[in-house]
Amino acid sequence: MDLQELYQEVILDHNRRPRNFRTLEGARKAEGFNPLCGDRLTVFLKVDDGVVRDVAFQGSGCAISKASASLMTESIKGKTVADVAALFDRFQRMITSKPDSPLDQLGKLAALAGVRQFPVRVKCATLAWHTLRAALDAHEEVVSTE
Amino acid sequence: MREAMSLDVTTIRADFPILQRRVHGKPLVYLDNAATTQKPEAVIDRVARYYRAENANVHRGVHVLSVEATEAYDAARERVRRFLNAAEAREVVFVRGATEAINLVAATFGRAHVGAGDEIVISEMEHHSNIVPWQMLCEERDARLRVVPITDAGELRLDEYERLLGARTRIVAVTHVSNALGTINPVESIVRLAHDRGIPVLIDGAQAVAHMPVDVQAMGCDFYVFSGHKVFGPTGIGVLYGRAALLDGMPPYQGGGDMIRSVTFERTLYNDLPYKFEAGTPNIGGAIGLAAAIDYLAAIDPGRVAAYEHDLLVYGTEALADIPGLHLTGTAPNKAGILSFVIDDIHPHDIGTILDREGVAIRAGHHCCQPLMARLHVPATARASLALYNTREEIDALAASLRAARAVFA
Repeated sequence: MDLQELYQEVILDHNRRPRNFRTLEGARKAEGFNPLCGDRLTVFLKVDDGVVRDVAFQGSGCAISKASASLMTESIKGKTVADVAALFDRFQRMITSKPDSPLDQLGKLAALAGVRQFPVRVKCATLAWHTLRAALDAHEEVVSTE
Repeated sequence: MREAMSLDVTTIRADFPILQRRVHGKPLVYLDNAATTQKPEAVIDRVARYYRAENANVHRGVHVLSVEATEAYDAARERVRRFLNAAEAREVVFVRGATEAINLVAATFGRAHVGAGDEIVISEMEHHSNIVPWQMLCEERDARLRVVPITDAGELRLDEYERLLGARTRIVAVTHVSNALGTINPVESIVRLAHDRGIPVLIDGAQAVAHMPVDVQAMGCDFYVFSGHKVFGPTGIGVLYGRAALLDGMPPYQGGGDMIRSVTFERTLYNDLPYKFEAGTPNIGGAIGLAAAIDYLAAIDPGRVAAYEHDLLVYGTEALADIPGLHLTGTAPNKAGILSFVIDDIHPHDIGTILDREGVAIRAGHHCCQPLMARLHVPATARASLALYNTREEIDALAASLRAARAVFA
């Protein structure tokens, strides 16, 4: 139960300098809200031919939710919608798994594995992903982690 | 004066078993008292004794246990009456907590007195529990919610308040102490200005009763509400104080046993105060535990508690001022022991997690005050809230762990 495991350098870096932190003109978008802590973000998404061509996000939140959103945008760009869904699955499994269980095929997202030792922060890490799913489904309404 | 400010905190701390706990291998530093306070042994024991030896339903039985339970329950009401200095015990209604008390008034006083075009005055610093019930009433009755603005320091704008009071104002509902800012509102002036215009006033005392003396007759308010668990008592018990004349004129809240005098299928006659508002078997153990909590606090003396906590607040304000990048939200001159703050580039939620690892329990979030957070232009704050068992050493631990948080994010 180490703080360094949660706040890894990768996470601090993505919190400080979030990637793809902008709006996307003419993109699908969805808004996510975590009523517990007030984290709020918007995910913008351009899908063409079943492939994520571009993705970006905006909003405010804690380091975990911001870094997770930033890492998510990096890891899904260029992937097929089916691959993104599979990745979300793996990500969710990782973040709710027991400490020390293996982290396969997660790439950079493995930096968020520390969150599984902090159950109250799981929703921070998954907010971006739930919002992404809403954008994929082209739902317009605000999604909530509650 | 110096003497009044000293409490025997070592002895007080020994009264609270949970304060011996360690969290993540560190001594617990409990600074989330605005969310709920810890319970002294006297309360835990009293509740256990009730269930071990005295448990029975009230106002029903002819047997010894029921008589004893009824006596203890009635004694708890009288204890609350003395605590608030209410004129009569029947002005004390037991409810689940401050939230239910406000809902009760909104539902019953509202049903009797609020119609289309009428207005209800609240403030920008209210907890959701003192916003939403009135909003629901306004929606139902096509009435209008008027909101008193606050200053940047977190003080109620009394001039604006006075301006909002009008011929259509049916009730004013304002907090005694802000849970998110610590501001102590000038409740006597608030009541006087409303009463000058014949408008009744509800004061939300949830954040006040554990931290300062409260005298509802001196204050002059028409309703005063608080939760037991925020004053060292059990959860699930709270109090609505209401002036008898007003309570008498209000329709009942819920229907059921205990609130009736006689029932036929044609007509029901309601019981007298306070039973009219206490349908069903009440939280007897909770009321008895609350009375024990009040006994405990009264023995220490709320006036001395207020002085001690003020001293601690001043110490804490100075300690936090030394932390680079930290900004206090809520800097009213008249404040209770609440330190709400943000730190540049560290989200309150991350502060909360890092402090927890150091054994320091604070609240991070919107504190059930989303409109207030919007007014202050912050999504959330971190909040350390004090109680009579906190110490300067704990403030030092808070400051040290905040420096540790800054180091993580440096």
